[in-house]
Amino acid sequence: MKPSAIALPIIFGIILVGAVTGVYAGFRRQMNLEQWTVAGRGFGLILVWLLMAGEVYTTFAFLGASGWAYSRGGPTLYILAYLTLAYVISFFLLPRIWEMGRKFSLHTQSDFFRQRYNSQVLASFVAIVGVLFIIPYLQLQLVGLGIIVQVASFDAVSRSLSITIAFVIVAGFVLSSGIRAVAWVSVLKDSLMLLAAFIVGIGVPYHYFGGIGAMYRTLVQTKAAHLTMPGSTAHMGHGWYISTVLLTAVGGFTWPHTFASNFSAKSGDTLRRNAVIMPLYNLTLPLLFFVGFSAILILPGLKNGDMALLLTVRQTFSPWLLGLIGGAGALTAMVPAAILILTAGTLFAKNFFRPLFAPAMSDDNVARLAKLMVVVITGVAMYFAIYSSTTLVGLLLFAYSGIAQFAPGVVFGVYWKRVTTMGVFAGLMTGLATGMLLTLTKHDPLAGLNAGFIALCLNVVVTVAASLATAPQRDRFEEQLSSIAATQGMT
Amino acid sequence: MNKTRVLCFLLASIPFLAICFSVPLWDRVYPLVLGLPFNMFWLIAWMPLTSLCMWGVYRLRIKGAQGETASAKKGAAR
Repeated sequence: MKPSAIALPIIFGIILVGAVTGVYAGFRRQMNLEQWTVAGRGFGLILVWLLMAGEVYTTFAFLGASGWAYSRGGPTLYILAYLTLAYVISFFLLPRIWEMGRKFSLHTQSDFFRQRYNSQVLASFVAIVGVLFIIPYLQLQLVGLGIIVQVASFDAVSRSLSITIAFVIVAGFVLSSGIRAVAWVSVLKDSLMLLAAFIVGIGVPYHYFGGIGAMYRTLVQTKAAHLTMPGSTAHMGHGWYISTVLLTAVGGFTWPHTFASNFSAKSGDTLRRNAVIMPLYNLTLPLLFFVGFSAILILPGLKNGDMALLLTVRQTFSPWLLGLIGGAGALTAMVPAAILILTAGTLFAKNFFRPLFAPAMSDDNVARLAKLMVVVITGVAMYFAIYSSTTLVGLLLFAYSGIAQFAPGVVFGVYWKRVTTMGVFAGLMTGLATGMLLTLTKHDPLAGLNAGFIALCLNVVVTVAASLATAPQRDRFEEQLSSIAATQGMT
Repeated sequence: MNKTRVLCFLLASIPFLAICFSVPLWDRVYPLVLGLPFNMFWLIAWMPLTSLCMWGVYRLRIKGAQGETASAKKGAAR
């Protein structure tokens, strides 16, 4: 039997189980997230920890981080730092945003901007920019899923066909199940993914070198420079590391979909306690770095680093294990993709199209438009996935350079009374224009700094200057802010 | 600014100093610790240490809030 005849059916089997779980959860309405979390308390601490630890594995971490560890080396460490520091920022910021959401019953990020800045134009602009930068994040998931299909078919299926298959899987999954299903499928995804990470992160170095320490000792002798910054890159030194960590740690909570989940938290205190515990969940993330570094010695000279993890798995383990790990990876792409697409579709229909172009549109038609946008947005992401060759980490960094530009509007929005609508607008436009210009003219990094970070700094300066130059909007804002400050105590 | 606020801010900035701004100091291979290059070990070690710092901030906030309510009550009694 051909090895691909074992690996591929296992992968599609796991995808099918995931999809059926999703559809089933969609039918059985009473089995909601609430019930799952209640059941979670019965699971016991260790199992809950395992599930939460599985959460940190996205396609970005699974294939992207290992891929960059393989191709770039040292600079990849920024991922370990920003995921830790994002929680430090979230401790102070998220409870305030949550409080505002509760007070004015907000559901989306765009709602937040409309409420705080009293401008539908700004709110709609934020919605459409959010949708635009969700596309590269979605592209990342499709490329990852495509790589899984391609590697598991032992290259019998081409890259573009693999990505097309990925599109069908993801769009079909979203249209057939919806957000409720996602919570259920992610239980399956998290446990499989954690298992896969331990198998590859410990198994691969053990198989070839006898352990992780032995792997590093071999690597240090031959390629020590790869392990520190700038690693195997020309410009990603310490300046790039600091600016990228700051950009991505700040951008971590300005994503439209994290805003939505933030609003659904039980209380501000839950968010604070989460922020205290969450850094611990990153502890298993280095396993994926170990595979990427091992692959340098096992499979040197790969053109596409993002394939390093799966090709190493294919060479090391039997086809059924490749199938299991590939299937876990497939769910890991599908679950975030579904959340991203659902957020983008809703933002487009509810926060962009209806308020600007069709105020009389019925809720049913908004839902229909959102479903149509699921196909359109995923289609656009598929187009880019087939025709661009950016690395998975590169894609997310590009998305962050845009999404992080929302930060001044969000942070000043809950901390600074004097910020004005025009100020936020001017800053946001400056940041987006600078970021795009530098990236598209290939000036990233510029002077050793992340281009998105330079754009964010300009954004902050312009937001502050333009706010101070325009008339204060006290009447409305002061009241909103002081009501937050009162309930938030001293933070 | 009251004292608790300053303390919270200082405590929360420790992780930023340790794993972001100080990168030239620890971005090195040697000494290998537990088989890991030093930079990798350093970043992993700061995951639980960051949790510890934030736990400190969390405790300080609760204490600070209690202090505030207590002084507010005193003020009301007067």
